[in-house]
Amino acid sequence: MKPGHGEVVIAEGDVKVPEDEARLLAQFRQQLDAGLWAAVPLAQEDGRREAMMVRSFDDVPRDAERVIFFPRAAGG
Amino acid sequence: MVLPLGVSTLVAVALLSDMLLPRLQEEWTRHRARRRRVPEFSLDPGRERRAEQTARELLRSCVSDEEWAMYRALGLIRVWGRYPRAHAGGEYAYLIYPHKPIVAYEPQTGRLLGEHCVTFPDETRPYGSSRLPDSDDVLAKWMALTGDERRLIDEANMHMPGRQIDPAQIARDLWRLSRWEQARLRELAAELGVSAHTPES
Repeated sequence: MKPGHGEVVIAEGDVKVPEDEARLLAQFRQQLDAGLWAAVPLAQEDGRREAMMVRSFDDVPRDAERVIFFPRAAGG
Repeated sequence: MVLPLGVSTLVAVALLSDMLLPRLQEEWTRHRARRRRVPEFSLDPGRERRAEQTARELLRSCVSDEEWAMYRALGLIRVWGRYPRAHAGGEYAYLIYPHKPIVAYEPQTGRLLGEHCVTFPDETRPYGSSRLPDSDDVLAKWMALTGDERRLIDEANMHMPGRQIDPAQIARDLWRLSRWEQARLRELAAELGVSAHTPES
């Protein structure tokens, strides 16, 4: 998520392909190092939706379709 | 004769310099400012609108059908709280508005519990708006609440109800939400071919 842009695709790839995984990992770390939060949207079997906050690349489910990065929350 | 004349000249120069120096400095600054290259900004009035449209699509793809319909109809999303013990064992929920505090309340009674003021500022921007599009702000709150409620609430500043959002407005929104849910139940019941008995409020 970016002000003035909405959704911006940072990187795409298949984690089963080593080169892609390395690139995705590098991008993941770069975003977190920039202070962003990361979340994976999940769909439950009963139709409910929720997000899973991830703090490391290992936390991301292998079958996750996407990871969304957004600015860190601050007290308003 | 020469000495008094010299002293008078010096005094005159000193007095004049007090008057003239600021003006000269101002003129020099203006001159430099005129010569400085000013960066060009391409003004695009549709940019924020397109960003919001993109954000709405992203929000729609993440939240449930019910939450998306709620947002479209009411401009807010309700998220249920996950820690009943935190509120004396009772159920509680949050109302997520774009760029407004998250409102915690008790659905059974409608009692407002507090406002959680939280923002998602993009600190990397050197200029321009650091605000996310409305729907991105809602999605960020939704993800943070459903993903790690405690972390978000810890980051937020909690205030008494009514600090930023008029409690009367929230009461109206809760009434609208109640009506909307009843109508939705009736629609679902009609689709399923069963009768729904929902109390009118």
